[in-house]
Order: sequence, then structure tokens, then C-alpha cells
Amino acid sequence: MTKEVKQVLVDMSVNLGGMKMQNPIAVASGTFGYGREYQDFVDITRIGAVIVKGTTLEERYGNLAPRIYETPAGMLNAIGLENPGIDVFLNDYLPSLRQDGVTLVANIAGNTVDEYALISRKIDKHPGIAGIELNISCPNVKQGGMQFGTDPELVKQVVQAVKSETKLPVIPKLSPNVTDIVSIAKAARDGGADALSMINTLMGMAVDIERKRPVLGNIFGGLSGPAIKPVALRMIYQVYKEVDLPILGGGGIVNTRDALEFILVGASAVSIGTGNFVNPAIAEEIAQGLENYVIEQGLNGINELVGAAVL
Amino acid sequence: MPLSEKGLVISNQRVGRDLWEMEFLAPGIAAESKPGQFVHIRVGDDHDPLLRRPLSLYDIDQNLGRITLLYKIAGRGTNLLSKFNPDQLIDVMGPLGKGFNLLQGRRVILVGGGVGIAPLLFLARELQARQNEIAVFYGGSSSDEMCSPDRFVNLGVGIMTATMDGSTGFKGLVTDMMKTSIDPLSIDYFYTCGPEAMMAAVAEYAVQHDIAGEVSLEEYMACGVGACLGCARKLKVTDNAYVKICKDGPVFPMHDVELR
Ligand SMILES: Cc1cc2nc3c(=O)[nH]c(=O)nc-3n(C[C@H](O)[C@H](O)[C@H](O)COP(=O)(O)OP(=O)(O)OC[C@H]3O[C@@H](n4cnc5c(N)ncnc54)[C@H](O)[C@@H]3O)c2cc1C
Ligand SMILES: Cc1cc2nc3c(=O)[nH]c(=O)nc-3n(C[C@H](O)[C@H](O)[C@H](O)COP(=O)(O)O)c2cc1C
Ligand code: FES
Repeated sequence: MTKEVKQVLVDMSVNLGGMKMQNPIAVASGTFGYGREYQDFVDITRIGAVIVKGTTLEERYGNLAPRIYETPAGMLNAIGLENPGIDVFLNDYLPSLRQDGVTLVANIAGNTVDEYALISRKIDKHPGIAGIELNISCPNVKQGGMQFGTDPELVKQVVQAVKSETKLPVIPKLSPNVTDIVSIAKAARDGGADALSMINTLMGMAVDIERKRPVLGNIFGGLSGPAIKPVALRMIYQVYKEVDLPILGGGGIVNTRDALEFILVGASAVSIGTGNFVNPAIAEEIAQGLENYVIEQGLNGINELVGAAVL
Repeated sequence: MPLSEKGLVISNQRVGRDLWEMEFLAPGIAAESKPGQFVHIRVGDDHDPLLRRPLSLYDIDQNLGRITLLYKIAGRGTNLLSKFNPDQLIDVMGPLGKGFNLLQGRRVILVGGGVGIAPLLFLARELQARQNEIAVFYGGSSSDEMCSPDRFVNLGVGIMTATMDGSTGFKGLVTDMMKTSIDPLSIDYFYTCGPEAMMAAVAEYAVQHDIAGEVSLEEYMACGVGACLGCARKLKVTDNAYVKICKDGPVFPMHDVELR
């Protein structure tokens, strides 16, 4: 009963560059499998958007073990984009995922601009995907990935190429491993991006002093979790001020307060990655936490908070 | 179906030098649990250490809804686990993974090394209930780092121990003791968990004598449910593709695995 009253009172929905979400919470690519893996622990129909594992044109086997390593208030990962390839994803995985009425976002990575375009064309032909997040920022694969995300000209080209293949909202995911995040964000906007996703993991490494070797099979890995939150907040703040595109913000969110910080510096929606590993029901809990906050503050909707802390 | 539960700690005590035993009530998880599966535990409320820690199901009392763990202090996470007091709540996900194949009416050998003995107690209990003939071989570096064999003895299961320093039982490798103690012609199946070198010795013996079996593997884990692809491992039978230890395992057919 009270729940119904709440729903009438506040509007938690978000329009992220044309992609409608019932609430501002997304689960981040690579941390939530294909949406099914966590279904015993969280009601996935209560999540604003499920961004599935990064998908490439061909199948990829991924990197050597160990692929993950815990660091202070964070973790390194070097999965290496293990995935079955776009055709298997679209033909075998997608049909059963669609039935839940979950807002599904694809996350794609290519070796070349043409590959990004080709994957997008394939996705566009299949119903059931609400948007495409472009992984131009994966630090864990030799080809493609991050190299696209660090050169403004390439960022623009990739986004343009994908936009010409699909009507779906296109959301480039920016790499934090750059000197000037704003110039990259502007390049994505100039290419026609509908929204921006930020940030991906920060490149890092760990050393095993007993073996006198890098810990990870891939040597380098991407740092995620609470440790990266201040960096993510700073970058979103900078981009929000300069670029007029909705932002899907994330990096280290583990509770409602964290999510609010991201929204206050300009994120229209937030993504939760590593936090799912700590608490599998976190997405649902934060969605509820944000709603409670909006009610307590006497606001009409979550949108009123976006960028409120930006000076 | 696996679930998330706040377990109620009943006891948490030292049973060896760095070896601890924790009992907690988590009836939902206990009811679903099979030998070889594991629970994924949050060892603290804040975010450092961040990730959950995977631990095997050492024993289960389904009537009481009670789960027992046997764990070795390996670092910060397990050290924090040892600080839990009775009546405290503990955040547990489980049961996760695929457990052991439970045979019926066969002659089976269980080989455990170090804290790798943990999943073999619950396994022995369930195999006993299925009229198997069971012999357990348990190896460790020294007696003060091993748990008491009483829990196996109380099940009516024969257990022989080996230690590297000879402080109890046979002096030397548990696999050497096993080889001299069994007649391969009278063995149907092996179950093993422990250091990979030990499991490799068991697997080699099993291949020589054309006996099948299962091993339980470990890898660093983040999600524990197959979502992050962090715990990947190559199997002989899967060419280049990886399997997930947390979801496809941790138990695998002995002869599919390339042991390190
Ligand atoms: C399926 C499974 C079942 C297990 N069952 C038991 C058990 O019943 N009893 C027991 O004592 N131990 C068990 N382990 C190992 C146990 O998970 C690790 O010892 C524990 O996570 C170490 O955490 P820590 O913070 O104390 O040590 P850390 O300081 O984090 O690390 C100490 C060592 O433990 C290992 N380790 C650390 N984190 C992990 C992780 N997430 N997954 C695997 N290994 C890790 C590393 O090799 C490291 O060198 C199991 C592991 C797996 C994968
Ligand atoms: C294990 C793991 C796998 C990931 N895989 C991908 C991926 O395939 N594509 C991608 O764009 N980002 C991937 N990421 C990055 C996350 O989506 C997220 O952007 C990042 O972890 C920061 O958020 P967090 O601190 O909340 O985890 C991965 C992260 C982790 C921890
Ligand atoms: S720990 Fe995440 S897939 Fe196994």
C-alpha cells in the first residue's frame, strides 16, 4: 500500500540519452555476467539496466590465471574479454534474457572501427537490446580496447561508425587512463554519442615478492572498487561541466551515499560493478535507498539532484 | 537454489595451530547443501578487505540447519573470520558450485591434504549414507596443523594420517602411504582435495590403474557465481576455452584437469 503511494509521489525513472530506465541503477559490464548468474540473489526486474559482459565479433578465451587480485579497498582484474562472440550472444543467450522484461544493454569491443560497426549492425537487427555501451576503454586486451579510448580522433570515428549502423542509444565508455578526459568526452559527443559511461577501470598491477613476479597472468589489470571512487567523481565532475550529454557514472559504488555523490556531480544514472561481488543484492538496495532519499528530501524525482554539487 | 543468509554463529574455535572451526546456523543454505560445494563469506562490514572468501562445507547438520567450516588462517580475511564470536551474525552466500558425484555402494578412497580435508568430511558422511566402503587418507606437514580424525572415526569411517615430520601417523607423503595401503584392484573411485602436487600424485596413480575420480580445485574468486570470469581454468577436454571454478566446479573429473 505504502509502496503504491511512493510510486505516485516520486519519479525515479531516467532517460539516458533515449534509453529509458525505471530507476537510475545499472549493473556494470563484466560484473554481472549475462544477468542470470545473480538471479537467485537479487530481483533483476528491479534493476534499472543490466549491462552484459563485453562482447566481441569472434569468440575470445581471455587471459591466463590468475585473473583477479584483491587490493586495498579494491581489486585488479585482467579477464581479457572472455566471451562467446556476438553471434552466440545474440542467438543463444539473448532470447532467454529478454523474457524478464529487463532493460538490457550490450557492451561491445572491437579490434578495428569496422568491427565495432559490424557488431552494432548485428545487434540492431535483434530486438531486446535497449542500448549499446561501447567499450573503448578495456585495459586488458592487446588489440583494440583502450587504444581507442585514448585518442580523441579514434573515439570520434568509432562513435560515428556505430551511430551509422544503429538507431539504439550509443553510450561510449570512457577510459580514465588519459591525461585529458574532457577532450575525449567532447570527441565522443562530436561523433554523435547519446550518453557517456564513465569510468572504466584504472590500469594497475600487483607484485608477488615471494615469486618476484607480477601477480596477474596478464601483468597489468584494471583497478575497480571503492579505491577508485574519488578519481571517478573528479572525472564526471569535469565532464559534466563541459559536455552536455547525460552521464552513466560509476567506479567504486557500494552504497546509497556513494550513488548520491555520483548523481550530485552530474551522473544521471549510476553503474555498480565490483559492489555486486560484495553484496549481490546491492543494486536493488541502492535503488530503494535512492528512492527513500528522494522522498525524505521532499523532491519530485531523482533528476532534480543531477549535478546539484557542481559549482 | 543458492541463497544469501545471515548465519548465527554458534561457536568459533581454534582446533590446531592456525586451524579454526566455525559453526553457524543457516538453515536455508544447509538444506540445499551438497558435499564439495562452498559458501562465500563476508568477513567484515567495511570494504577492506573487499571480497568475500570462499570456504568449503566441512560438515552440515540438516536437521539443525547447522554448517561447520574448517579454515586455516591464510591472511587478513581468514584472520578476521577467526574474530567472530558466538551470537554474531555472518553474511553467507551458498551453497555455490557443483559438488562431488555421490556414488552408491562402491569402494572409494578419499585423499585430503592440509585444510583440503574440509570438504571430505561432509562427503564421507553422505557416501556413508549411500553404503559405500570408504577409506580416508589425510596428510599434513605436522600434527599441530591438522584437525582431529575423530569426526571421521565417529562416522565409522577408517582414516589414516601422514605427516611430513612424523609427528603423527606415517612419516612422509600421504600419497605414498596411500599407495602402500590400498589394493588398486579393489578401488572404484577417488575423491581428493588439497595441494595440487598431492592431487596430481593421486591422479597419476589413478591413471596408472585406470580408476576414475574427482578433484576439488581452488582459484581466486570474486563473485563466486559465474558472473565475473575471474576464476577461470583450462581443462584438458575444453581445448582453449576456460571453465569457471566457482560455477562449473570446484569439483572436476580427475582426468580432465591439468594439475600444476
Ligand atoms: C572453492 C574453495 C574452497 C575453499 N575451502 C577452504 C576451506 O574449507 N578452508 C580453508 O581454510 N580454505 C579454503 N579455501 C581457501 C580460502 O578461500 C583462502 O585461504 C582464503 O580466501 C584466504 O583469504 P585471506 O584473506 O585469509 O588470505 P589472503 O591474504 O587474501 O591470501 C592468502 C592466500 O590465500 C589465497 N587466496 C586469497 N584469496 C583467495 C580467494 N578469494 N580464493 C582462493 N584463494 C585465495 C591466496 O593464494 C593467497 O596467497 C577455499 C578456496 C576455494 C576457492
Ligand atoms: C571482473 C571485471 C570485469 C569487467 N569486464 C568489463 C567488460 O567486459 N567491459 C567493460 O566495459 N567493463 C568491464 N569492467 C569494468 C566495470 O564495468 C566497471 O566499469 C569498473 O569495474 C568500475 O566500476 P566498479 O568500481 O563499480 O567496479 C569489468 C570490471 C571487473 C571488476
Ligand atoms: S568467481 Fe566470478 S566467475 Fe568464478
